[in-house]
Amino acid sequence: MTSFLFGRIVSMAISLLVASIIIFAILEILPGDPAQFMLGVNAQPDTLQALRTQLGLDQPVILRYFSWMAGMLHGDFGISYTYRSPVTELVLQRVAVSAPLALYALTLTILVAFPAGIIAAARRNSATDLTVMGATQIGVAVPNFWFAIILMWVFAVTLHWFSAGGFAGWNKGFFEGIKSLTLPAIALALPQASILARVMRSSLLDTLGEDYIRTARAKGLSQNKTLWRHAVRNALIPVLTIVGLQFSFLLAGAIIIENVFYLPGLGRLIFQGITQRDLITVKSVVMLLVFAVIFVNFLVEVAYVLIDPRLRHQR
Amino acid sequence: MSEVSPVISESRTRELLRSALRSRSFVAGAILTAIILLSALTSLVWTPYDFAAQDIPNKLQGFSAEHWFGTDQYGRDVFSMILVGARTSIIVALLAVGLGIGLGVPLGLLAAAVRGTLLDEVVMRGNDLVFAFPALLIAILITAVFGPSAINAMIAIGIFNIPVFARLSRAAALSLWTREFVLAARVAGKGTARISVEHILPNIANTLIVQGTIQFSLGILAEAALAYVGLGAQPPIPSWGKMLADSQTLVSLAPHLAIIPGLAIVLTVLGLNLMGDGLRDIFDPRTRRSRQ
Amino acid sequence: MSLLAIKNLTLGIGRTPILRDIDLEVDEGEILGIIGESGSGKSMTALSILRLLPHAAELGGSIRFEDMEIVGRSEAEMCSLRGNEIGMIFQEPMTALNPVKTIGDQVAETVMIHSGKSRAEARVIARETLNRVGLPEEQFPLGRYPHELSGGQRQRVVIAMAIALRPRLLIADEPTTALDVTTQAQILDLLKKLVNEDGMALIFITHDLAVVADLADRIAIMQQGEVVEQGETLSVFETMHHPYTKALFSASQHVPERKVHGVDLDRSHAVVRVNGMVRDYRLPRKSLFAAPGQFRAVNNVSFTIRRGENVGLVGESGCGKSTLTRALLALERMQGGHVEVDGVVLAEDAANSRDIRRKMQVVFQDPYGSFNPRHKVERLVAEPFHLLDDAPQGADRRHAIEAALEEVGLLASDAHKFIHEFSGGQRQRIAIARALIIKPSLIILDEAVSALDVSIRAQILDLLTDLSDRLGISFLFISHDLSVVRSITDRVMVMQRGEIIEEGETESVFANPQHPYTQKLVAASPSVEHVLAARRQRQAT
Repeated sequence: MTSFLFGRIVSMAISLLVASIIIFAILEILPGDPAQFMLGVNAQPDTLQALRTQLGLDQPVILRYFSWMAGMLHGDFGISYTYRSPVTELVLQRVAVSAPLALYALTLTILVAFPAGIIAAARRNSATDLTVMGATQIGVAVPNFWFAIILMWVFAVTLHWFSAGGFAGWNKGFFEGIKSLTLPAIALALPQASILARVMRSSLLDTLGEDYIRTARAKGLSQNKTLWRHAVRNALIPVLTIVGLQFSFLLAGAIIIENVFYLPGLGRLIFQGITQRDLITVKSVVMLLVFAVIFVNFLVEVAYVLIDPRLRHQR
Repeated sequence: MSEVSPVISESRTRELLRSALRSRSFVAGAILTAIILLSALTSLVWTPYDFAAQDIPNKLQGFSAEHWFGTDQYGRDVFSMILVGARTSIIVALLAVGLGIGLGVPLGLLAAAVRGTLLDEVVMRGNDLVFAFPALLIAILITAVFGPSAINAMIAIGIFNIPVFARLSRAAALSLWTREFVLAARVAGKGTARISVEHILPNIANTLIVQGTIQFSLGILAEAALAYVGLGAQPPIPSWGKMLADSQTLVSLAPHLAIIPGLAIVLTVLGLNLMGDGLRDIFDPRTRRSRQ
Repeated sequence: MSLLAIKNLTLGIGRTPILRDIDLEVDEGEILGIIGESGSGKSMTALSILRLLPHAAELGGSIRFEDMEIVGRSEAEMCSLRGNEIGMIFQEPMTALNPVKTIGDQVAETVMIHSGKSRAEARVIARETLNRVGLPEEQFPLGRYPHELSGGQRQRVVIAMAIALRPRLLIADEPTTALDVTTQAQILDLLKKLVNEDGMALIFITHDLAVVADLADRIAIMQQGEVVEQGETLSVFETMHHPYTKALFSASQHVPERKVHGVDLDRSHAVVRVNGMVRDYRLPRKSLFAAPGQFRAVNNVSFTIRRGENVGLVGESGCGKSTLTRALLALERMQGGHVEVDGVVLAEDAANSRDIRRKMQVVFQDPYGSFNPRHKVERLVAEPFHLLDDAPQGADRRHAIEAALEEVGLLASDAHKFIHEFSGGQRQRIAIARALIIKPSLIILDEAVSALDVSIRAQILDLLTDLSDRLGISFLFISHDLSVVRSITDRVMVMQRGEIIEEGETESVFANPQHPYTQKLVAASPSVEHVLAARRQRQAT
């Protein structure tokens, strides 16, 4: 187990390293002169020169990359060009919105998808199954930002149950904070829950066809108990993979959903960074999100091992 | 013993066609997809109005005989914009899938052919790495750096299709490499490349078609998302995502501006997904048998 | 009154009739053997008793267990019967256990479902039961997971689950088919012991006549959903009223007749010379820094095969016989040794392996996986022409394909069909035609008849014998099934742990095995006649 953990950590580190090189290449090398890119063609020569110095463009590329990495390892993400404040500070403020949103959405996704998928599989080809499958088929097809617009129109603009965007802030209390995240979380969760419910169903159906299910039935377990005691845990393995992937969809989806709802989260920070060509902010925040995705995938792999004893010995 | 082989041959085309027509999801999906495709094709030669023609006095109109889907804030005809938007979506998504298949499948076949070697490992680790990036985020980055355009959106979406097809074709090819008919071909002295093309590729084609349909629908969604944040096709070319972005502030005045393009996306994606599911059922005798 | 009485049982799935008018009885302490080929309905009969049938299944007639009627009983009542009064074990031990639960929990579950005992009490019973089936605590603590056990050990766990509550009836559906012969013998002994100790009834389903001939008190023979003959074991084998029983018996005893014994093997030259073959596998690294271990699958193997000679290679799974085949066919690289086929030496480089492959071809086990389903028979059969620099073209090519098909008893017109239009036995003929088409000196038959029913198997064995007689081709016949090897080969090699431990004339090796392992193998796979003779003798004394 320790050697397994060690191996995974090493491969996570390699992934992060390669990811950082790719991000650095896209943002610092591909645009040619990043300073020119950030300021546009009409920039004053002296501001341009000042920015070049701030970015360290007079240094070789390799050195710039290493000083960026070294900074990040110390928690120093640079100074945002548009906000004129440390990126670390910005990120910390924004994480307080984005992390709860992602968690909220993921929780909703799982709370909806697992029961739906399990019921559909348990009552295969019944009216319930057909309803669940029909609903998820539509859910998969709905773009989350459109769903967000429709939710806002119905529940905020028309019914006034929620505010039409913005974030109340945690200092107004937990409930107010959660309330302003509810519509965005639902908008994020619906398409993902549909996907996950379908995966859960098909994984369970595969598992229910296994020989050991028949063995369990021959012991005298009823169909329902067989499902819960023998099928669900085995069916979770492919489901977990999807949950891991969905985390990355939720993060990326949040970029758009935060924009629809004017939420001051990481996504909006990146997006503003992109539109204002603030490469310093974008570079570091993207790296942070990639780290989050890679770390979640690592957790998923550890979870596999906890679920499946076969893996404990193989690795 | 009487198990039907999972792959098909030409002489069973008729049987496949029959089971295709029996599959409700395939028929429904195919009809929806055909309608969208026809709309896109129609827009090449005819639209009720010029999609870019502004008509401010008639702005924000509801449904009417002149403007079936109403008009937008500049008085442009929404129906015409939807038709042209279908074309944009389909071209971007189709090319993105093409990019994914064109590069991903050869990579996957190669990795499977040299399975267990360093090259295989490198290809697969590379795939894992691409999966570790939030796809939409990188697509946004790429289009941001290279400038927003339909072509860049297509490339950005296509890049994330490469590992999907590489993984899928590797996994499918790996199981075929252990099949006895491939061993027989090796005993007959056929080389790796020749076996990959002659024996492996035709037998994973079904899987690729099903996945292609699904990636196509994901491409439609991704194109809409990029266009929504302004990184897809640029004005005046209409796209469904951009139309939704414009509708957002007007949703209480003219809800149809938000509903129509959204429904267009939903129906397109739904049609493709239904067709993909149907194809999977038709191709995969396991699910077919369990339905009997 | 008997423990289980099946009367006029019918079963249909959808509109397809599966079972017709089945009548069977089992008494306490009695072993009933049910024999049939694939598709005879023997497994469905077993599943009917436990009512574990597919959803669309419709059951008619009567199954009485003691004084309860099973047909039409509620699902809840069936649950309290299954595992409690009636236990069942299945064919595939590798997949019959839940991979994420310990063996202790899985055995204890049976107890907890029916007795309402606590988990701790149930685990005590589980422990006792595992001890009873030969899995003692020292090596097999309750916390073991299924993947840590071999196939035979897993089958013991499945048996423990089925007998933990000492059911009145145990149903075993091909419980030893997936196991090696020596393991099979142990499992059969275990089942006999349990029947004796608990006095339970056993229904034993198999396709293997020798197994039931030894085990069963009474047997029933099934064909196409019907019981064609049943009765006391010895008397059924003696009288054999039904023609199908006779056919089955003679097919399983079938020894193809070699017409030409004139080939003087000593004088004819050696077709294959293998000298000191070594094949190592790398084991996966245990940790990132440890050097990968090695596993020697084939260790210093040497043998020769002469022209027209049929040589058998027998051994249990994992003994290295498949690895040897792949190395011989140049599909995998050897780590040492010298291989020469008909004067061509197997070299490292691919160009040369073309030369040696021209001299040998192979027929695989699975008649369904051996052909690319998208190609027509003519293209499939002609594939080895790729090896020839001057492969026949046009009409010559067509004639060659047709000749090969006719050689194996098919029609020339079959060339234009697709492979799915053929049955398993016909496909194996096509595989043989494909091997014959470039007139190789050696054909390797890798478990080539193992997937076939006995009656089809007998036909293919006849065909092979005929071919070797007429064409002077040598066969290397690789099999785990000793009876098949005995019936068709001139000489046999026995393989264990990567080495050939005994070889010689087939008859003398089987009649008088020298190595202890060979003795064990031969003892574990007796012929029907042998078993019946022993039984008659037992009965007489």
